[in-house]
Amino acid sequence: MTSLVITIPIALVMGLVSLAAFFWALRRDQFEDLEGAANRILIDDEDEMEQAEADDGQDRI
Amino acid sequence: MASVPTAGAPPPRAETAETVLIVPGMHCAGCMAKVERGLGEVPGVVSARVNLTVRQVGIVHDPAIAAPSLIAALERIGFASQPRAEELAPPPSAVKPLLPAVAVAGFAVMNVMLLSVAIWSGADGATRDLFHWISALIAVPAIVFSGRPFFASAWQALRRRRTNMDVPISIGVTLATGLSLYETAVGGHVAWFDGTLMLLLFLLAGRTLDAAMRDRARAGVDALLRQAAPGAMVVKDGDVAWLPAGNLVPGMIMRVAAGERLAADGAIVRGASRFDQSLLTGESAPVLLTDGALVHAGTLNLESPVDVKLSAAGRDTSLAEIARLMEAAGQARSGYVRIADRASRWYAPAVHTLALASFVGWMVLGAGLHQSLVIAIAVLIITCPCALGLAVPVAQVVASGALMRAGIMVKDGSAIERLARVDRALLDKTGTLTLGRPVPDPAALAALSEPAAAVALALASHSRHPLSRALAEALTAAGHRAAELEQVAETPGQGVSALWRGRAVALRRPDGGAGMATALDLAGEPIRLIAFADRLRPDAQAALADLRALGIEASILSGDNAPAVAEVARATGLFAQSSASPADKLAAVAARRHGGHRVLMVGDGLNDGPALAAADASIAPGTASDVGRQAADLVFLGDSLVALPRAVRAARRTMRVVRQNFVLAIGYNALAVPLAILGLVTPLLAAAAMSTSSLIVIANSLRLVRAAR
Repeated sequence: MTSLVITIPIALVMGLVSLAAFFWALRRDQFEDLEGAANRILIDDEDEMEQAEADDGQDRI
Repeated sequence: MASVPTAGAPPPRAETAETVLIVPGMHCAGCMAKVERGLGEVPGVVSARVNLTVRQVGIVHDPAIAAPSLIAALERIGFASQPRAEELAPPPSAVKPLLPAVAVAGFAVMNVMLLSVAIWSGADGATRDLFHWISALIAVPAIVFSGRPFFASAWQALRRRRTNMDVPISIGVTLATGLSLYETAVGGHVAWFDGTLMLLLFLLAGRTLDAAMRDRARAGVDALLRQAAPGAMVVKDGDVAWLPAGNLVPGMIMRVAAGERLAADGAIVRGASRFDQSLLTGESAPVLLTDGALVHAGTLNLESPVDVKLSAAGRDTSLAEIARLMEAAGQARSGYVRIADRASRWYAPAVHTLALASFVGWMVLGAGLHQSLVIAIAVLIITCPCALGLAVPVAQVVASGALMRAGIMVKDGSAIERLARVDRALLDKTGTLTLGRPVPDPAALAALSEPAAAVALALASHSRHPLSRALAEALTAAGHRAAELEQVAETPGQGVSALWRGRAVALRRPDGGAGMATALDLAGEPIRLIAFADRLRPDAQAALADLRALGIEASILSGDNAPAVAEVARATGLFAQSSASPADKLAAVAARRHGGHRVLMVGDGLNDGPALAAADASIAPGTASDVGRQAADLVFLGDSLVALPRAVRAARRTMRVVRQNFVLAIGYNALAVPLAILGLVTPLLAAAAMSTSSLIVIANSLRLVRAAR
């Protein structure tokens, strides 16, 4: 019975965290372009990706 | 520009502007990388992000840069693009509002199930009560949140004194939650939180799939619709500028190059050319028009550039007539009731009657109010149309995915249902049975010597004239390679000339003579004439034979003149009606429908629009006019007509699977309901039965992955 006091809250908190992560992703439009996301992994030009990421990062400031 | 739907696009800062370009040619990772890199190299561009699903790229850039320079940058790396018009912004997604509900239901099911397993395993006393309370704490807010789509829809139906599938769902869910709360409060043995949540999760999954299919199909069709450039080059004080169709005003002069489609109605003020009016009238032979002649939006300029003064009359009467007919025609079909709705019409009352009968029956037999209520709610939960809610959408989503891979885009699920039932097909001629574009005479091409073909291909590839493009395409397909030319020059309206190994060569319009042809002139050799004609689509014969094998009787319904139609009718062996106006076509569809037949209309033109909207189901080729594509239920890409029997066959397979799914879902109810009425159903049994039947229905639907073969 005492173990339940710890394990049940842990299970709930873990579930809630993933639920929050999903809502965060949904709000950040990460489900807008699933086809593109699936294809992006095939783009292997690293310089370009770094450049794009740098652009993204710079813009979010 | 409106807000950008591109994934991860950074919000524009105050000093940057944002432009969304539509790039229909993107289809792979390579294209995405090329587009993003190409735009990134343009000075002043902050970032470019492709959304492949809707074939758009969102560009954040310096406000000093205008859209045309971005379009030019894309043109340099080989991608045609155009700015997105406001009205072409994608409609709000149907899936997105459902996703949070699915996520919350999923989270709640997992956690409540965790506690329920403990209770089923024998937890009792204080532990059971505690677990029930925790379950209630998770389940009640989750049910309130995730159940909203159903509660809202049921409430709307009830307010209009109607019932739908959502009414029994809402009543069942509400009663089960209430009873479970009561049981929890009094320390009872069973609570139904797990079953209720699982029910919601499965139903939401079905609903989401249905919406996903509609979204995906719409994205595909929208990408097609956006391809047709709605705009024109407008001449003003000697300058030429491109204006979107919405900004064209009567009195403007637009310059229409050879191979361009007119964006608006008007009268020719300078130049003369042949025009292809087949989209408007179905007539296949091009018409020669000169100064003062009226030309209509949607017609294709075939030969030489002309200046057209936009008419003050605004909408042409024939277009207005077609619009009016389409509006009326669409209403005929809106009477169709989807199979899932038909099922729920008798299902909802049956379920309620059954639950009420169980309650009354147990009361009469002397059980207490509490026990009778528990049994009635068990009946409601067990009969809730869980697998039934998945039966139709899963099958249709899988089938439409298969069709999409085969190049056939389905606009919505009910199109598959309607298509499966057709037994008559009416086919337009120009652009539907035929390719709707000039194709060089194969005999004339075969007669060309290898060097002559190489020169012809090289010359043709230097021109954007429709005949040149058709010639280049045919010669490339035949395996010829272009010769090396020097001093290539194109004279609008005349042709292309060049030097080949020191000899003057030209591809030009023939001297005199009617009909479509081009003359290949190699200095020192006799002039070779290559005739062009509109030809039957490849596989037309096989496709028609296939339709016949499916029990669909096809006939031709064309706006073209009788001799032209007779030729195609002879070649295909079909009965034909010629010189049909849009109203005639509509009447032909209506006559067959009154005769008890279900009609499939296949057409591409503006003149087919009303008939496409009125038929039980309709298909348009991807090359069709905007109106044709919008009115049709299905759009097929590519030239082959085999798409028709393939779509019909896939639709019939889908409906067979849907019926099997209904049998499976209802069969499960037939087995489980007696147990529920006898009061033998436990929450464990309900959960197991519910998920098993849903999984069986999904597995059965997945067989449709190969439906479009």
